[in-house]
Amino acid sequence: MNAFEYASPTTKEQAVKLLGNSWTEAEVLAGGTDLLSLMKDHIVEPKRLVNIKSIKELGGIAGTAKSGLRIGALVTIQELLDHPRMRKEYAALVQAAEGISSPQIRNMGTIGGDLCQRPRCWYYRAGFGLLGTQESGEPLVPNGDNRYHAILGNSGAALFVNPSSLAPALIAMNARVKIYGAKGQREVALEKFFTAPTTGSQREYDLQPNELVTEIIVPPLARAKSATYEVRQKEALDWPLTTASVVLTMTGNTVKAARIVLGHVAPTPWRSTEAEAAIVGKAVSEATAEAAGKAAVEKAKALSKNGYKIQLAKVAVKRAILLAAKGGTR
Amino acid sequence: MSDEKNKSDQQKSGVSRRSFLKASGISLGVPLVVGHRVINVNGQEVKLYGPTKTSITLTINGAKQTVEVEPRVTLLEALRHELDITGAKRVCDRATCGACTMIVGGKAVYSCTVLAIEAQGKPITTVESLMQGEKLHPLQQAFVDNDGQQCGYCTPGFVMACKAFLDKNPSPTPEEVQKGLGGNLCRCGTYMGVRAAVLQAATMHKGGKNHG
Amino acid sequence: MAEYKWPDADKRTQIGKRIARLDGAVKVSGKAKYNSDLNRPGMLHGKVLRSPHAHAKIISIDTSAAEQMPGVKAVHIINGVGFEIRWAGENIVAVAALDEPTAEDAIRAIKVQYEKLPHLVVDHDLKIAGEWATPTNESKKGDYEKGFAEAEVIHEGVYGMPVITHCCLEPHGSVTEWEDDNLLVHLSTQAVSGIAAQMATPMEIPAGKIRVKQDHIGGGFGSKFGPDAWDVAGAKLSKKAGGKPVRIFLERDAELMVAGTRPSHYAKVKIGAKKDGTLTAWQSESWGSGGPNGSGSPPLPYVIDIPNQSRKHVSIANHVGPSRAWRAPNHPQACFVTMSALEDLAAKLNMDPLEFVLKNKALLGTRKDNYADELMLAAEKIGWKKTWHPRGDKTPGPIKRGLGLSFHTWGGGGHASDCDLVIQPDGSVEVRMGTQDLGVGTRTALAIVAADTLALPLEAIKISIGDNRFPASGGSGGSTTIGGISASTRRASLDALDKIFEKAAPTLNAQPAELEAIGGKIQVKGDASRSLTWAQACAKLGAMPITVRGKNPGPGPLTSQGVGGVQMADVAVDIETGIVKINKIVAVQDCGLIINLKLTESQVYGALIMGVCWALYEEKINDQTTGKTLNANMEFYKLAGIGDIGQLEVHMMTGKGYDERGVIGIGEPPAVSPGAVISNAVANAIGVRVPGLPLTPDRVLAALETKGGR
Repeated sequence: MNAFEYASPTTKEQAVKLLGNSWTEAEVLAGGTDLLSLMKDHIVEPKRLVNIKSIKELGGIAGTAKSGLRIGALVTIQELLDHPRMRKEYAALVQAAEGISSPQIRNMGTIGGDLCQRPRCWYYRAGFGLLGTQESGEPLVPNGDNRYHAILGNSGAALFVNPSSLAPALIAMNARVKIYGAKGQREVALEKFFTAPTTGSQREYDLQPNELVTEIIVPPLARAKSATYEVRQKEALDWPLTTASVVLTMTGNTVKAARIVLGHVAPTPWRSTEAEAAIVGKAVSEATAEAAGKAAVEKAKALSKNGYKIQLAKVAVKRAILLAAKGGTR
Repeated sequence: MSDEKNKSDQQKSGVSRRSFLKASGISLGVPLVVGHRVINVNGQEVKLYGPTKTSITLTINGAKQTVEVEPRVTLLEALRHELDITGAKRVCDRATCGACTMIVGGKAVYSCTVLAIEAQGKPITTVESLMQGEKLHPLQQAFVDNDGQQCGYCTPGFVMACKAFLDKNPSPTPEEVQKGLGGNLCRCGTYMGVRAAVLQAATMHKGGKNHG
Repeated sequence: MAEYKWPDADKRTQIGKRIARLDGAVKVSGKAKYNSDLNRPGMLHGKVLRSPHAHAKIISIDTSAAEQMPGVKAVHIINGVGFEIRWAGENIVAVAALDEPTAEDAIRAIKVQYEKLPHLVVDHDLKIAGEWATPTNESKKGDYEKGFAEAEVIHEGVYGMPVITHCCLEPHGSVTEWEDDNLLVHLSTQAVSGIAAQMATPMEIPAGKIRVKQDHIGGGFGSKFGPDAWDVAGAKLSKKAGGKPVRIFLERDAELMVAGTRPSHYAKVKIGAKKDGTLTAWQSESWGSGGPNGSGSPPLPYVIDIPNQSRKHVSIANHVGPSRAWRAPNHPQACFVTMSALEDLAAKLNMDPLEFVLKNKALLGTRKDNYADELMLAAEKIGWKKTWHPRGDKTPGPIKRGLGLSFHTWGGGGHASDCDLVIQPDGSVEVRMGTQDLGVGTRTALAIVAADTLALPLEAIKISIGDNRFPASGGSGGSTTIGGISASTRRASLDALDKIFEKAAPTLNAQPAELEAIGGKIQVKGDASRSLTWAQACAKLGAMPITVRGKNPGPGPLTSQGVGGVQMADVAVDIETGIVKINKIVAVQDCGLIINLKLTESQVYGALIMGVCWALYEEKINDQTTGKTLNANMEFYKLAGIGDIGQLEVHMMTGKGYDERGVIGIGEPPAVSPGAVISNAVANAIGVRVPGLPLTPDRVLAALETKGGR
């Protein structure tokens, strides 16, 4: 890790002033579970670290059954899991959080950090840039070891998968993200927050170097059924191979509306309108859920070594739908 | 935008901040000590530490200890190399394996991925605190009784992870033990002993409620 | 003169019991000091600059910026201009500085120019190995063509397992320092007594001037038998820095890149049998790699001595960090290939593999009856009769359950070992030995043997190990430690007891040969009324302690060679995701006379768990384009966690037929079968062989696809 200077402001206004105008100047330290590793590996080398954990207004979960939830960016994964309303109303989010099976990571990692963590693409982490290219500019991923890479949204330069555990569930819940920066407050739909970079100097999310994610707004969901199904090899801490989060509005066993979002399949969390269309208007059954799974991967395109993930994505969607319809408990 | 008022400090630090500061609208105040400056942000004072060594105070196992380290030094390294508290181990050094687990602010964390400077003001509990005099903590005794260790390198971190786990869930089922300790890895293969140790410690702790 | 044998079963007070490890308390309390924990006075922190390229020549090195950096105390070029790098991560320059961050800054300030050369870092395909592939072994037995002609059912298959690493949790490294011209080395090592001789040449000093110390080691598994180049560099940096201690322990990425691997193994196998299951022929063409020195030739077919055989092996020397002994070298590879082929053939024969193996029992060598006993016992414990089904679980739903079996052998025995048993006139007893405790319970075993022999409580024995000034004892490899150290300690203890008998006899009005040690006393055999306490007897020594040297006498009643074991696994496979979960694994194992049942079982549990890791997760993934290891971290170099291992059951064969073999060794044998047994169980569950390890979803799903449909 390179040397840096460190500040621990107590207000978001201070924090934003301490950040820089370019990504090389400063980074935001929250849980640190990703950032410090990136710094140790010299993948990011900020000159200044702005620790935002002393900013009280970025913590806490609040809201009512009518208003939905306001989750501070600094809320840890464990705090999410421990919140009494979560399990009742936000099963998909709880299941996504439970997928992070290390208590230490759950204690350290924050919801804001989960959304802003960087891709785990091993070419990126080995120093070949965000898009994984040789010095000549030749991309490494297409002919390299891409077993964990994207099967959807992979026609551009970015072939990594978005690593967020919570984003698919939050996007399925139609969450919004509040951002504070030098130009003040703004709010975007989480679905629009993530972007697939076209050059290695861009980031994978809609954030300027001097902006902070301050909170996540989740609409009320008491009447919807939701679930996340994660395909993960290990019970212990392990990256999922594919996840699917669904939020279903149902009348009886029939789906009136659906939001279906896949994780770890594309450079961004991947909303599958195809899967949604396949299940809306149908009664949930093994067959209709399977059809939705198939629809989700209709446009999937395997790289040289990740064809199996198409099957996993299909199954994840199917199982998430069945799980949600059952009431979200496994 | 304010002017820089402390060029000497800037030179001392060895890092050029000119362009950086011009962009971020910060005014520098008078440094209090070397490696620690006070700057004015929107009329409020904010302390800036480093990149050189700075004095930090940690509350470790109930005692306040002061070390001089750069902000880039992790809590794990500050304890291991500055304070010779070496129970917690550096293994993966990337928040994966759990060998460095300490309880900070009441929660199990990977100390390899916490900066020493950000751990100030929170109680830090390490494996060294568990023994009462010459007597092992019941959880430690359970590790010995059930051979929850071989080479022992993962053990201090595992013990602390189990401690935090039991603090939160004093009467776990065997299934909860298997699902709730996913943040620690062992290479010798001591998991059977660790499982038994956690259940034994839970029984001893709670006076008999045993699911195993 | 004592007779050097183990006490009869009814006379054993400590041997064979379940005894908690003596160093348990220091380990669970964090008090145990590993060499990587040491903060020696004035210690400097060393780091090594490593090659980013897998194959390259060093054109130039500029260390000037590093040398001028404040806090940098010494710079040492390990491999200089002109050196040919043969793997990514190879050592280039070592630096020692006042603290770790400064050392890191310093190595990053060093400029090295490389001339890149063509490299090969993959090995799954023999065709792309080209000039780097060398046939190393070709052998025949019987007439394999005739054997296949006699066969009524023939199976052909290709099996493979990749390079994996040791991934010791304590990385390789040392703290080295000079006092005048004497070198003190605190090295993480499996061979305390053997290091000085290996370090003398590179350091150009007599081995007698090198002191090696180690109280605890955080894992070795075969990868820590010698000082490494970075340890020698540390000693040279220390010299340059006026003798100050220099600490160099590898970063995790280096640990996974350069500090040892297990070679890969791939094999094309043809195996034939008659319809009744009688095996007639084996043919294998295998290959593997383990870095620049290639791979060994695993003993195919494994354990089962098929009458007619043809075997060929090709070794690929490629550009990855060199292999080292990995827990039972060559056996896991041979076992996986052989047991997979046997199981596949049994499926083709429509035979239960248990019956199939028993049918061919005559081919299982000298311990065939033991194997048969162990097979039956394991079958009972896993519920083979009730749960085994012909290949392919036909029950509805995506989760398929299957059972598999495997068996293995290993030599073990006792390495050379000297033991000094010191008895003080006040009765205190100390065992001194230049051995090491890898976490297997060596300290505890020494105390058990001495205590049992001297009829003293365990606490009465002080154990001093981990210092090359103590009598030499072999490196901990080949499962030879327990045999060696228990034999030498038994012998020293028996000889010491004779001396105590001599001194005590006059007081007891008896001949020394009439005395016995029992319950902390020296007494006339069978007559408790004529006895001295241990302390009273030792007081007869006068003013001076006695030191009795015991040597492992070699194969005989105290230690011998050769063990066997059987494992059976019960797995669940999700055929929609390809994810394999362990339900249960049963291990039935023999290893001669067991010194400490508790820790012996721990070794077997550990071997099973390590086996689950490499059966399901472990693979060193190298990128042919860049030459780099892509998963040199513990995030993607995956190890099983506490919830990933299912239920494990271990049964040790003891008593008559086993105990009289003497002490043999256990660390390696149970680590052989897990890959095979889990793979076989998966094949039984899903109805098709997954030909490669680890059994990851991509491989499982691909195998299911070849089977057609799901």
